[in-house]
Parts: sequence; C-alpha cells; structure tokens
Amino acid sequence: MGHTLSTLAYLVASVLFILALKGLSHPSTSRRGNIMGMVGMGIAIVATLAQPGMKVGGIGLIVAGLAIGGGIGAVVANRIQMTSLPQLVAAFHSLVGLAAVFVAAAALYAPQSFGIGVPGNIHGQSLVEMSLGLAIGAITFSGSVIAFAKLDGRMSGAPILFNGQHYLNAALGILLVVLIAAFVWTGGNLALFWLIAILAFGLGFLLIIPIGGADMPVVVSMLNSYSGWAAAGIGFTIGNLLLIVTGALVGASGAILSYIMCKGMNRSILNVLLGGFGAEAGGGAAAGPAGPARPVKSGSPEDAAYIMKNASKVIIVPGYGMAVAQAQQVVREMADLLKKEGATVEYAIHPVAGRMPGHMNVLLAEANVPYDDVHELEEINPEFAEADVAYVIGANDVTNPAAKTDKSSAIYGMPILEVERAKTVFFVKRGMASGYAGVENELFFRDNTMMLFGDAKKVTQQIVQALQK
Amino acid sequence: MHAEELAIRAQAMAERALSLAMEARAAASEAMPMVEQGAAAAEPFLLLLTIFMLACFVGYHVVWSVTPALHSPLMGVTNAISSVIVVGAMLATGLGESWLAQAFGFLAVTLAAVNIFGGFLVTRRMLAMFQRKG
Repeated sequence: MGHTLSTLAYLVASVLFILALKGLSHPSTSRRGNIMGMVGMGIAIVATLAQPGMKVGGIGLIVAGLAIGGGIGAVVANRIQMTSLPQLVAAFHSLVGLAAVFVAAAALYAPQSFGIGVPGNIHGQSLVEMSLGLAIGAITFSGSVIAFAKLDGRMSGAPILFNGQHYLNAALGILLVVLIAAFVWTGGNLALFWLIAILAFGLGFLLIIPIGGADMPVVVSMLNSYSGWAAAGIGFTIGNLLLIVTGALVGASGAILSYIMCKGMNRSILNVLLGGFGAEAGGGAAAGPAGPARPVKSGSPEDAAYIMKNASKVIIVPGYGMAVAQAQQVVREMADLLKKEGATVEYAIHPVAGRMPGHMNVLLAEANVPYDDVHELEEINPEFAEADVAYVIGANDVTNPAAKTDKSSAIYGMPILEVERAKTVFFVKRGMASGYAGVENELFFRDNTMMLFGDAKKVTQQIVQALQK
Repeated sequence: MHAEELAIRAQAMAERALSLAMEARAAASEAMPMVEQGAAAAEPFLLLLTIFMLACFVGYHVVWSVTPALHSPLMGVTNAISSVIVVGAMLATGLGESWLAQAFGFLAVTLAAVNIFGGFLVTRRMLAMFQRKG
C-alpha cells in the first residue's frame, strides 16, 4: 500500500474512532459506536501490515503478537467481574504505558523505520518527542500498576505519606527535565534513554502512593488521560496522524472525566494529586474523645418493608458498599416487588459513586435495572422532596447534609444527594463508622432517618422476604 | 550646463540602482533554498501540531456529549483506541531494521493487542447490559 493510500486509511480510522465516542451519547447508539471503533482499529492494522518494506518474518512476529495478546485480552474481558472493572481498566492503562515505552525504544534503536534519522544521528526534534512519549508512557505504567494494586486490594488503599514527599517528587521532576535535555543534546544517548525510563517509572510510583483508595476514580481517569498523551507523543515521534488524533481524543476524554470526578467531590485536581485525603481526618476521629453517644433510631427489615409497602415513591441511593456486598441483584428484586405494589422506584447516582466514572450505572445495568430508572444528581435532587422513602445502601459521605451547612467539615461544598428531604430515610449500614472522608454523617441523627444495621445484601433480602408475605 | 550636469547625475544614479537591483536578485536567489529548507523542516511539525490541537477540540466536544451513565464504557473504548500505538509497534517489528527494535516492537504489539481486544470486548459486554428492558 502506498503512502497516500495508508494515510487515507488512517484518516478513515480516525473518523471511525470519533464516531465510536460519539455513539456513547446514548445507550441506543453505543453498540454501533463500539463496532465502528473495532472496524477503525481493523483498518489501521491492515493498512499498517500493507506498508511497503514489511518483511515476511516481521509480519509473522506481528501476527503472533496480535494472536497472543488478543487471546489474553479476550479471555480476561469475558471473565472479569463487573465489580472488578476499575482494576481491569487500571491494568489496561499500564499496558498502554508500557507499550509506549517499548515503541519509543524501538524508534531509538531503528529510527530509519520511521524516517527520523539513522542510529546515533536522530533529528533533535524527534528526540524531544520520543523522550516525552517515553516519560509519559513510563509514568502511566508504574502509576497504573499502583492504582491497580490499590483497587484490587493487593496493597492497602490508605495513603502512603512521608516527610518531604512533595519536595522529592518536585526534585525528581526537575531531574527528569534535565535528563531529557541531556538526551536531546547528546543526540540520543542510549544510557540516558534508559535513565529517563527508570526515573519516570519511579516518579509514576511516587505520584500515586499518597492518593487514597476512594480517590481512585480521579486517578484512573487521569491515567486514562496520560495514556492518550503518551500515544500522541509517540505519534509525533514517528509522524503518524492516526496516533496523534487518537491520543488527543483519549487525552481530552480522560481530562474531562477527571474534572467531572473532582467537581463531584468539590476538590481541586491538585488537592487530589497531593494526596493524603481522609488520612488525617480518620486518625483524628479515632483518637478523639468518644463524647456522649447521640441517639439514633434503628429498625428491623420488617419495619422497613411495612413502610415501603405503603410508599408511592421510593428512591434508591446505591454506593460502592452495595457493589462490595454484591447486593445489586437483590436490590432490583426489591424494586420489582415495590413496583408491583404500585410504587414508582428510581435510582439516584452520585458522580463519584463506585470506583470509576459510571461504575454504578454498569453494576445496576448488570442487575437488569432499566437505564431509564437511573438518574444523575441534578436530575433527581428535586424529586427527593416528593419521595416517601429514600433507601441508602452502601453510600455515606455523598448523602451527608453537613456538606451544605457545616463549613468546618472536610466535605463542605461537595454536591450531595438530598435524601434528607424524603419523608423517611432508610440507611443500610454495618455499624456507625464514618465514611471515607472520616466525617460523621449528620443524617444518622435526623428524626426521619431509620438505621438498618447489617450486611447490605442480607438486610435487603430480609426486606424482600417481608414484602413477599 | 546645468541641465547637462543633472542628466549625468541622473544617469549615475540609474546605474547604481541597476547594480543594487542585480545584487538584490543574486542575494534573493541565494537565500531562496535556505528559506525553503527552513519551511520544509518547520512545516510537518506545525501541520502535526495543528491536527493535534484540532483533535483535542473534537475530543473535548464529543466527550462532553457522552451521557454520564456510559462513562465506564467510555473508558473501555478510549482504552482500546489508545492502543492504536500498535501501529508504531508493527512498523518496528515488520520492517526489522534492527533485531533489538524488532524485539521491543513485538513486545509492544503483544501488550497493545491485549488492550485492543480486552478494551473493545469488555465495552461490548458493558453495553449489552444497557439494552432497553421491557
């Protein structure tokens, strides 16, 4: 395939990728969008295979790599539990990062393959682009590995903090810039290339360890963005339009998701990245004076079932705790029974519910909850005042009214689901422990709140049994 | 006499102008290749940068139109398409200019392929759940 023809094929692939994203504006067009993405990728791969100068042995290696990697990817994608989606995505991001590092290395050892010079004499501009792609790719890799370990419970989700952490990171960042300058100045010194890689691996690791488990939605979005910028950096290095366009699309997408997540917590991206959130507040609460216990009203699942049976409007507020307890299926059964009793049942999703953007929506969809019943924060908040029952299951901080009134609270200013305006609030919870932010929830002590203590799944099952009687 | 003097001075000036013009033309023709060379070096990069910036804007607008309910599938798709980096890996592997580059290329092809298949298939699984239920 000639140069013009392959460029044209890459253009078609770029357009198909844009349409794939555009399809996600509605569930009904999303499946077609995903297929367009696959077709685009297929076109890109075929156009590349048909480039002049491809050797038979090389093509054999490519096909082997595609088969091995594709097989692993397909098996993992089909076996993964939807609750583990966030760690899967983090793992995938790490692979993109590592692939970017390897492609940068390939471009360094065989620059003639990409028309950017000969070994030992690579164009200065290409070296700048190469080292940027390399550094971003390496940071994406090690950062994603830490995010994966935290999400998968292989390491504690607690922030890891030490003295002078931020100074160390800043110093390493400056050192990275110096090394890149030296790499370009020496015309592509091999040792400097690998030094940059090692330093960037370390930096990615250090940047993510201070960030707490529940801030991972922001981290995963941000690493999504980085993987895009890494692809774009490699695209500039090898002068490939498709990589540049796709990298920009992915980079923009991850950046927007990070922004939405931060806004959902009313925190700046800098505040999240500097990390340590929840560590101090949690420690303080544990060490602080116990004080007189404030009275809370608690009830049995049977009480809850009785009240819900007579309700005409029920809003369910699921949080990550529901996913941990695997309670989504039984929650939907409860909703079905209530609908049979003539109630309208709706679901309210906070932007940061779950461990990645949109995670809770997927979990509800998996439990066969119709997506028309699931609403975002702005949409549903006015409806709580008309609701007879708000059923909060596995969510905590995102329902705390203190976020609106208490300026001293760690979560002050965070947009919340206004469940307290419902006639009765049921709060399913194991005990009285505070949420991630380490803040006690005002809601527990309200007159219209009834605590249902116990495992989310068991409590809901008991309600279902009581409703069936 | 006066007119004659003027005519001579005018002629002298005309001759000087002519020689300056010739000099300028020579300089211009000398400079021309240099200008072209400079433009040739700057142009591809600027062209790529232009495309990159425009693609950022397209991404910005398209992604804001994605419904929040589908943000997880969005991550799945972006994950898959960012692995288009496989194109660079394939060139390094297929052209085989150095065995080391070929080895790195092969590793990158394999890693990117995990992502491409994994990303698109897990997204397909997610989206299949978002069917309209009766």
